[in-house]
Amino acid sequence: MKEKVGEMTKIYKLENLGCANCSAKMERKISGLKGVEEASVNFFSGKLILEMIDEKDFNVLEIEKAVEKIIKKIEPQVIMKKV
Amino acid sequence: MNKRLIQIILAALIYIPTFFIKPETPLQILLFVISYLIVGGTILIKAIRNIKTGNFLDENFLMSIATLGAFYIKAYPEAIAVMLFYQIGEYFQDYAVDKSKKSITSLMELKADHANLKTENGIKITDPQNIDIGSYIIIKPGERIPLDGIITEGSSYIDTSALTGETLPKEVSPGSDLLSGCINLSGLLVMKTTNTFGESTVSRILELVENASSKKSSQEKFITKFARYYTPIVVIIGLAILIIPTSIQGLSSLNTWLYRSLAFLVVSCPCALVVSIPLSFFAGIGTASKEGILIKGSNYLEALAKVETVVFDKTGTLTKGVFEVRKIVTFNNFNKNEVLEVAAYSEAHSSHPISQSLKRAYGIKIIEERIQDVNELAGLGVIAKVDNKSVTIGNIKLMDQENIDAFESGEERTIVHVGIDGIYAGYITIADELKTDSKKTVENLRELGVSKIIMLTGDSSISAKKTADELGILEYHGDLMPIDKLNKLEHIIGYQNKKGKTVFVGDGINDAPVLARADIGIAMGGIGRDAAIEAADVVIMQDEPIKLTVAIKLAKRTVAIATANIILAIGIKVIVLILSAFGFASLWMAVFADVGVTIIAVLNSLRLLRRKGI
Repeated sequence: MKEKVGEMTKIYKLENLGCANCSAKMERKISGLKGVEEASVNFFSGKLILEMIDEKDFNVLEIEKAVEKIIKKIEPQVIMKKV
Repeated sequence: MNKRLIQIILAALIYIPTFFIKPETPLQILLFVISYLIVGGTILIKAIRNIKTGNFLDENFLMSIATLGAFYIKAYPEAIAVMLFYQIGEYFQDYAVDKSKKSITSLMELKADHANLKTENGIKITDPQNIDIGSYIIIKPGERIPLDGIITEGSSYIDTSALTGETLPKEVSPGSDLLSGCINLSGLLVMKTTNTFGESTVSRILELVENASSKKSSQEKFITKFARYYTPIVVIIGLAILIIPTSIQGLSSLNTWLYRSLAFLVVSCPCALVVSIPLSFFAGIGTASKEGILIKGSNYLEALAKVETVVFDKTGTLTKGVFEVRKIVTFNNFNKNEVLEVAAYSEAHSSHPISQSLKRAYGIKIIEERIQDVNELAGLGVIAKVDNKSVTIGNIKLMDQENIDAFESGEERTIVHVGIDGIYAGYITIADELKTDSKKTVENLRELGVSKIIMLTGDSSISAKKTADELGILEYHGDLMPIDKLNKLEHIIGYQNKKGKTVFVGDGINDAPVLARADIGIAMGGIGRDAAIEAADVVIMQDEPIKLTVAIKLAKRTVAIATANIILAIGIKVIVLILSAFGFASLWMAVFADVGVTIIAVLNSLRLLRRKGI
């Protein structure tokens, strides 16, 4: 019932998140990305927790780029930073 | 002062006088427009920007259309009110988020901002993050310990309360382990670091709390899903209300129907819902962490509210995990001190917990020269010479074997018999002591509606029964190996009502698989034990079982508040939507249904930050 946080989990800080509904939208869109197992955006702590499927088959940098694109599209003022 | 607040106040100052000016004069309209632009300008800009990126139906867009529409039908006061109150709602929301964030960041104080690194060229003050494993650092009195390590020089008292809740300072000396986050109280210490900052106790605790809400509760999932369909549906109905009647009744009725459909746009904002439910859980987790209860996700907080079965590990969880001499009974004119003294001396060389407890109870330094000819008999006891007296110490079997006429008390505790020079001197009972709050915990759990309380232990069934009876626990299982505990838990969960949750509470030693298998695995006093923090869903920092009841109470309050918010927000919105469809509701009411409800829901969530009633 619980997945352990593995090496494929990356955490990012999202600064200037504007609204809770937008965070929910981001979370949904990012979860749908290829190579992403699960994404979770916490509006309050401004953290994006990204669980990726396998680094061998998917390029982390490419996923990050796609994620950033989604975020910028929903809320252009948000800055994504690695933790 | 916050920029938003300035906008709100300025706009309100310009807006209020308009009520005293003759309606629809150029002056009044000018004041309306100025007020509107001050409070709504940023929203309009965001809305335009979002249209460019193809994001319709976000709150900026909805608010802009609704207010511009209101301007069009000359409902000026409403247009500004909608914007003004929307901003007030946003301001409140920010305030609430900030407040709950602070309750979590109060934990951040655990972090030391510098470390005194010992180098060849003297002491260098560095960021703890840059220190390698095996470095030597100096901790001055009053400083917070920056990293985990072992003391190499110096002795002192340390305050561990931030990690364990224990208020008594702990004495430390060379060889003692030091955990990051504690405070050095008295002496200068030199410590060799045993891990990096990233792996230190402090980092792990902070990470655990900061990443807590990644696992969402079903209420949070419901509300985001609801919002996803709610907004488009309400907007479509709003459009239908505008288009269908006007195309039948003609353009003359446009203003009436436009007014009603604008109300729909205002109410269609999903804000109140989407923000207040996760906020409740966020506040709940924040409050819990203040109490030393670290919850790894809102789903666990939600599950805690539905606990039906609590399974306790015995040793170290309900009991102190430290054996203590309880009673000394003497025979044949020997006195208690004498019996304890020879017992402590004969067992002086053993590291068994029982021997340790004898030495602790004796409390005087052992003088080696007084002991001779120590003979340990596995499974029986020890025969030794103390002050040239022959001492036989051990269980009843050993007494029989040595022809010592021992008294069989039949007590359900560990008993050590003592014979001196072939004569029975008495016996010492040794038991693990209950924690002071264990009994109260069991009682409180029952009051909280936990229907089954079960105790598992590796100790003998006899000693399990004794503890269970003392605590009022009806079901217990003794003589369990770690793997048996897992099987027992499987069995218990198998019998459990599907909706009810099963909690396992252990001290994190040897019970990682059981912690992982339970619906909610709780490690108690587990700070500094990696496996426990990893496997558990909830970590209770203090060694107090009563904190479990605090966690359950808090969980129940959180879920109740979240549920109330869902019902309140959806209920009011639906009522206002129905009323405005039939022309009974004004834009004022629509504003209330959106912003008013947000504020009420947010305030409701903030109640969790108050400690009262927990």
